[in-house]
Amino acid sequence: MKDKLINLLELIGFNWFVPVVRLSTGESPKHQVQELGKMVGVPLFAVVVFLLFWHMGAAKIITSLGQVPGPTQVWEQANVLVDEHYQERERELAFYERQEQRNAARLEKDPDAEVTIRPYTGKETFFDQILTSLFTVFVGFLLATLIAVPVGIVAGLSDTIYSALNPLIQVFKPVSPLAWLPIVTMVVSALYVSENPLFEKSFVTSALTVTLCSLWPTLINTAVGVSSIDKDLINVARVLRLNYITTVWKVVIPASIPMIFTGLRISLGIGWMVLIAAEMLAQNPGLGKFVWDEFQNGSSSSLSRIMVAVLTIGIIGFILDRITLSFQKFFSYDKNAVIR
Amino acid sequence: MDKYLNIDHVSIDFPTPNGPFRALNNVNLKIDKGEFVSIIGHSGCGKSTVMNIVGGLYQATEGGVVLEGKEVNEPGPDRAIVFQNHSLFPWLSCYQNVELAVKSVFGDTRSKQEIRDWVEHNIELVHMSHAKHKMPAEISGGMKQRIGIARALAMEPKVLLMDEPFGALDALTRAHLQDSLMEIQAELNNTVIMITHDVDEAVLLSDKIVMMTNGPSATIGEVMDVKLPRPRKRLELADNPDYNHYRSEVIHFLHERHARKVA
Repeated sequence: MKDKLINLLELIGFNWFVPVVRLSTGESPKHQVQELGKMVGVPLFAVVVFLLFWHMGAAKIITSLGQVPGPTQVWEQANVLVDEHYQERERELAFYERQEQRNAARLEKDPDAEVTIRPYTGKETFFDQILTSLFTVFVGFLLATLIAVPVGIVAGLSDTIYSALNPLIQVFKPVSPLAWLPIVTMVVSALYVSENPLFEKSFVTSALTVTLCSLWPTLINTAVGVSSIDKDLINVARVLRLNYITTVWKVVIPASIPMIFTGLRISLGIGWMVLIAAEMLAQNPGLGKFVWDEFQNGSSSSLSRIMVAVLTIGIIGFILDRITLSFQKFFSYDKNAVIR
Repeated sequence: MDKYLNIDHVSIDFPTPNGPFRALNNVNLKIDKGEFVSIIGHSGCGKSTVMNIVGGLYQATEGGVVLEGKEVNEPGPDRAIVFQNHSLFPWLSCYQNVELAVKSVFGDTRSKQEIRDWVEHNIELVHMSHAKHKMPAEISGGMKQRIGIARALAMEPKVLLMDEPFGALDALTRAHLQDSLMEIQAELNNTVIMITHDVDEAVLLSDKIVMMTNGPSATIGEVMDVKLPRPRKRLELADNPDYNHYRSEVIHFLHERHARKVA
């Protein structure tokens, strides 16, 4: 039971919690307290030092929007954003209630009356923006994975295909999302024409920009991982006369899983960074738009609110990375490999 | 021509920037069914290349290999290979490694139960039943090679090819595996081609020792029949004059007549 819990914690990256579990079962308390100090105490101390420097440094810089916010102001604004979210939700609820009452009243008068429920069109809250961003990055990243992994496998297995793709990969890889964005926008506007689209055009644009930028690390890592598989393992597959598809499923993919996931982690990180930039520039809904709107708004609390967004972006990026890391550990055959 | 396995005037060129490099020249060897043949030579002499051509992994430039009247031109389970570094799939357990081979060779012709029994049987043959559900990373080098042998045997090959199968093991483990291999050979009487650079191993295990000259253009220098009675016992052979005679023949070939120019 305890070992299972510890394994699970290590799998999902909560290594620092392991000493707490061991401590609670009374396992060598002295050693565990030391471990805890090393794993939690040291990072905690560093964070406190950082907050201190931030606090002192921020007070010295005066911008046209007032003083650069310190940790306390940012914390206040974080709470304000949470409150605003709940207020908005209450308003939405009230809106639908009013509609229902009105519709009920109309139906009472005339049972044949046409009633419609109109959607609430209030301002998107900070948390709505977070969800939009997460969904966009997920779709863009999924699309990138679906393209990059198969292409990477094919390229890794064939030198000819790899040399054919290599120049394209090398040229497109360093292109900034900001350069892609106008092209993607125009192409989406031209091709994505439909009476009642399933997704917003802006969503498609952001997601595709994420795809275009996060494709490359997965593609390259997959190709390298596949091409560096032990030749003897491939020879075993040849002796067994496994066909191409079976070889890929039974040998190539399991052997290159660690490299594929390394690529996926980099891709997701890049995708998340790209998304924020794309949203800012293209006014697509999401965290990037939130930052841009606050910047344009220019109130005394704007800088604090942007800072909240910056920290949120960082924390979400970190969590996304941890999730992929857990997947990597889960799917990797070498459970003891040190993955950071 | 009516021999079981016929390596018929095989030569192979590898392309290099300076034109083709002839690695093997005119290798000619006939092997009977049930014969255990060792190929011995200095490293780099192309003994593994011979095996890879028989295995179908390389294509001969001239000549060819004929097995039971059919020409060999691609790899297949009828010529199972035991690789030097075992080459087990690290993401599969020992059982699953053998099972993958059995399923791909006999998946269409045998029932699930038959496949299961056959996997178990081969693991038992190499004395690995106690660790069949372990992952390759969890067992020793010798144990990995036992599973590698079980996997190859499970394919019921017409010819079993072994590429320095015990080369990466320590001397004691190697002796254990050689004994196991002799035991299995006494039971199954497979046709085996084993690449080795260990003189004792060659004399102990083989019916026939093929000695290769140094490359480039390596070829067969001498073929020696080893007529020691079976079963052979390591201890008894140590003082056997015939054994020592065979041994010194090979050593003379390797270190006198065809000594490497650069060590």
